[in-house]
Amino acid sequence: MKPQMAVDLNGVAFPLPVLAASGCLGREPGLVDLHRLGGVVTRSLTLGPTKGAPTPRMAETASGLLTWVGLQNPGVEAFLAEDLPRFQRAAVPVVASVAGTTLEEYIRVAGRLQANPGIVALEVYLGATDEERGRGEPFVARLDRIHEVVGAVSRLSHLPVFVKLPALNPDLVEAVRTCVRAGAHGVTLVDGLPGLAVSAAHLRPKLATPVGALSGPAIKPVALAAVFQVAQALPDLPIMGVGGISSGGDAVEFLLAGAWAVQVGTAMLVNPAAPVQIAQGILAYLKDKGVASPADLRGRLRLRLPTEAEGVR
Amino acid sequence: MKRVKAEILNTRKLGAYHSLTLVAPEVAERARPGQFVSVAMPEDRSFLLRRHFSIHQASRRGGWAGTLEFVFDPRGAGTHWLAEVKAHQFLDVIGPLGKAFAYPNKLTNCLLVGEGHGAATILFLAQELRARGKRVDMLLGGTDLDHVFKPIEGKRLSQTIAVATEDGTMGEEGSVVDLLPEMVASSGTQVVYAAGRRSTLRGVAELCNERHLPSQMAVEEQMACGMGQCYTCVVPVIRKDGSGYDNLRACTDGPVFNPARILWDRWMGQEPELVPTPPEGFPVVRTWPG
Repeated sequence: MKPQMAVDLNGVAFPLPVLAASGCLGREPGLVDLHRLGGVVTRSLTLGPTKGAPTPRMAETASGLLTWVGLQNPGVEAFLAEDLPRFQRAAVPVVASVAGTTLEEYIRVAGRLQANPGIVALEVYLGATDEERGRGEPFVARLDRIHEVVGAVSRLSHLPVFVKLPALNPDLVEAVRTCVRAGAHGVTLVDGLPGLAVSAAHLRPKLATPVGALSGPAIKPVALAAVFQVAQALPDLPIMGVGGISSGGDAVEFLLAGAWAVQVGTAMLVNPAAPVQIAQGILAYLKDKGVASPADLRGRLRLRLPTEAEGVR
Repeated sequence: MKRVKAEILNTRKLGAYHSLTLVAPEVAERARPGQFVSVAMPEDRSFLLRRHFSIHQASRRGGWAGTLEFVFDPRGAGTHWLAEVKAHQFLDVIGPLGKAFAYPNKLTNCLLVGEGHGAATILFLAQELRARGKRVDMLLGGTDLDHVFKPIEGKRLSQTIAVATEDGTMGEEGSVVDLLPEMVASSGTQVVYAAGRRSTLRGVAELCNERHLPSQMAVEEQMACGMGQCYTCVVPVIRKDGSGYDNLRACTDGPVFNPARILWDRWMGQEPELVPTPPEGFPVVRTWPG
């Protein structure tokens, strides 16, 4: 029996369970084979072009990558005119990442993304600075603002809305429940963790911001825990797992922990073929274990010691 | 750009630098001066990212046909690992990446400035300019004698050459920027090319601006992917129509830029001030005006 690789996130279908994570595919596909991706999450889009943060924007840390690009993107209009047609030609499902610094910006970006063939869902990014209410905090720092933004986008959107959340929210499950109450279709867990890299030789932080978002294998256990906790609390909620996935084995761990699909980010920057190889790795695992589909891995994590009869497979 | 498994043909130590020669015909035949390659690090190490090196030599003909050479100064975990690789090992290489130097059509007198390992790309450029019948004069520099890359090769490729080291162990004591005015005057320079540290490039750019000399520079910026995906390696470059600037990626829109269009102050981090990060939540993003 050949396992079925397609996944259905309560109505959002992807041909493969592996998507390119937000911001990790350039505007040009380069060496990435779009035809062999489960889907593409776009770079977060703002209403107009955004120049982003000053440099240096990145530093390599132990098993991780610290970055703060500051939402550099061409704006939603340029995305629709220049980038979306490439994805449409490749027939790859697009999840459009929505960002903003005001509630109105989220609404206008999300509105502009409606009714474009190829876009199958929105992903709301809440890490940008809230310029209306915040004292420099991002939207995600306040449950009321999460509710307002996700609620406004969900109400206007004909497309299912996913919300990307960081793991360090004081109460992640409560934040996810807030998103669901506001109308979210699912969540993407997790956004990069806040991190600081210091150059002692120069007495300076390595990033200009100076705090960045940590990604890569360093955050994988944190991401897995977030996926697991939310999946335990809300088993019917579609979760896309992301954070340090660089092999088929990593992806299987996320599916077992409760993810419905996975996204690959940092690994793509090192190995443009990573999503394809990860999908192959998942397929090999499914075949090996005689499991029919990635969805059948969900909830298969044994939370007690196996009995003798079950063996330790 | 191509991704290849490239066999290492040869490793050498050149002063403070290491040089690797690879068999990579698909990359070598397309490579032009100013472009770079990216090399994957071994799996299961704590350093993940590919390393990026400007191409020092790409041979299309002769006994070395299909080979590619790059040079590095072993400083971090990745380059220390690369300094230990042996001939006949294979590396995961992507290239050629980035935009190359453009050659002048009519102007003939070219001054090439190479500081540190920046000289590697400059020497490749010198060959190509010579092959097009241009006059090449050269300024090489480095912190000390060991960090002046291939001065003898530089001398062979140029009409006149001058060397500057910070400690005076080779050539003049000081920076290549100090030697620049005299060199421009004595060699009748019409075009300037440069590669090196940011502060040096800025010094060269200022002189070129003053003297109205057209110039091109290969910049370096912290880079995660090298393929245009991550948007970390950006340089603020003024638009051609002067209507503002864009943060262009050094990896795909560069690394060669016209320095007259680089917003040096902004790129050197002299403005604006950093926004303090609040104790809770995420780092602050500020959309930059402009």
